Amino acid sequence: MALLQVRDLKVSFDTPDGTVRAVRGLSFDVEAGQTLAVVGESGSGKSVATQTITGLTRGAKVSGTAYFDGTDLITADQATLRRLRGAQIGMIFQDPLSSLHPQYRIGWQIVEMIRAHDLTISKQAARKRAAELLTLVGIPRAAERIDDYPHQFSGGMRQRVMIAMAMALDPALLIADEPTTALDVTVQAQVLNVMRRLQEQFGTAIILITHDLGVVAEMADEVVVMYAGAVMERAPRRDIFYRNHHPYTQGLLASLPARSEDRLTPIPGTPPSLISLPKGCPFAARCSHVFDKCSEPPPLTDVGGDPRHQSACWLPHDVNEAVAS
Amino acid sequence: MTDVLLKVDDVRKEFPTHSKEVVQAVAGVSLEVHKGETLGLVGETGCGKSTLARCMAHLYDVTSGSVWFEGQEISKLSRKAMRPLRRDVQVIFQDPYGSLNPRRRVGSIIGDPFAIHNIASGNDRKKKVQELMELVGLNPEHYNRFPAEFSGGQRQRIGVARALALRPKLVICDEPVSALDVSIQAQIINLLSDLQREFDLTYVFISHDLSVVRHVSDRIAVMYLGKIVELAPTSELFGQTRHPYTRALLSALPVADPDTADSREQIILGGDIPAATNPPTGCRFHTRCPKARLDCTAEEPPLEPVLNDQPQHRTACLYPLTVGEDLSTAVPDLKAS
Repeated sequence: MALLQVRDLKVSFDTPDGTVRAVRGLSFDVEAGQTLAVVGESGSGKSVATQTITGLTRGAKVSGTAYFDGTDLITADQATLRRLRGAQIGMIFQDPLSSLHPQYRIGWQIVEMIRAHDLTISKQAARKRAAELLTLVGIPRAAERIDDYPHQFSGGMRQRVMIAMAMALDPALLIADEPTTALDVTVQAQVLNVMRRLQEQFGTAIILITHDLGVVAEMADEVVVMYAGAVMERAPRRDIFYRNHHPYTQGLLASLPARSEDRLTPIPGTPPSLISLPKGCPFAARCSHVFDKCSEPPPLTDVGGDPRHQSACWLPHDVNEAVAS
Repeated sequence: MTDVLLKVDDVRKEFPTHSKEVVQAVAGVSLEVHKGETLGLVGETGCGKSTLARCMAHLYDVTSGSVWFEGQEISKLSRKAMRPLRRDVQVIFQDPYGSLNPRRRVGSIIGDPFAIHNIASGNDRKKKVQELMELVGLNPEHYNRFPAEFSGGQRQRIGVARALALRPKLVICDEPVSALDVSIQAQIINLLSDLQREFDLTYVFISHDLSVVRHVSDRIAVMYLGKIVELAPTSELFGQTRHPYTRALLSALPVADPDTADSREQIILGGDIPAATNPPTGCRFHTRCPKARLDCTAEEPPLEPVLNDQPQHRTACLYPLTVGEDLSTAVPDLKAS
């Protein structure tokens, strides 16, 4: 059984303008030691989904299940979630500065985190562990810098501190929500390298949420492509890039400047409002292959008979090359 | 010889800090922007690319050096003397949310340039604004809407319409697509290149995203800590990279292609960008350069051509890369021999 098994997750928020249906029936598995990339544009529901799994969406209406190591995270009480978060499920977010307390020393924050979950460890031992962790994520002179404040670290170094904290208790799963989006490319390369190395060393499973298809190509084993709160396509990494089926996946790839010599081929129009979604396929209004059937919601079904590759599109699923061209 | 539209001559821009130190945001940059071209300015956070752009548009006073537009020095003009030239030099900013007044209607925002320069008023102005809206792909009937009623991509179209209202000669695009999703980003890039062709525009295009800059630019200047380290026609910059920093930047860029991602040797730079208050001596990149030598710490390399037959391709490096040189195995050697 997969380490994390999410089934038919639905998340909605009531707002004065109506109900925002942020996630509409999301299912995926994360296997131990693997990286699952969840890719999508603003408002696709990729962040809300993982925040809901870890119990961080307040005031949302949630249904579905998310089994992590035998526990359903959706129905689990706060005490259980608090025990799992940090210890079993590590998390890093886009902006490391707002995730660190500005008035406490880096070392103190890591020690506090370790001691919150491990009640037997001594202060000295936790501090030693904190210094080891900082060395592990590539912070030079970790023993000295452990007493620095967050503002004394650069953006890339802060993100390393966040990774050190997230990895402190050797979690089975690391959720990384746009971990390198705020960083420059050379620093991004360093941070992704650290994540890869730690995964090899400790066998951590990673859910990597990103809008950057380049990062997906570098890091992912499996990929889930989301649009308007639903999965459009799911496949192993190479299938997403070379044998994709869904017109949205194709549109995303075609929009990339690196992929065309002359004129870019954008996806026309804008994503639908999550308050008043169309009845059928959410992508229909922007899709160049649209036909009658698209007014009904397409189910996620196997592509080319491969259960690992699924697409939510009414176009024929047997020969995917027919559309890929 | 191509016509020079804008010339930047040894421009420096310094900002004081609270601790009485000085941030050297731009530390001696010279370059020319040719009529009709797109010049890309690329670099990481804090390299001075946006400051340089603001100096080019004379939104900042330079600390020293000069900026010339069509043969006229503009860097020392007063605000009033600069005003007629503002018609010719326009800026598009990154943040389509922050650069539009939320309380004003879109029609009046786009119509501002006509009002300020006394070009059109009343129904005439409205007609011109609606033509512009049509031109950039906005529905002219949305004339009376507020910025909040538009999506990010549409707001950037509003910014483009406003910049183009007076038919400028030079448009400085400061990260115009960085805040947008890729599918929308491609729409705006196409719009900008259509408009360039139609109105014979010259662009200075600033971005931290090399793949975007590569797509739009004829020539690219790579900046590091306030200086240009390499300046070359786009194909040469990518095909025959000379500066180690440029190479590292190119190699760090994630490519959306699993085969390439798996097979290439990435150059992972050590450390962080040094503080601009206290830049390294000699070559500013020597603290992170994989092939730094002792003289790199003392001697500041000038920006000059590596080969005589490529005068357009200039780099500031004492040990420029040869084509095909493997940088991933290089190690710095800073010991005296």
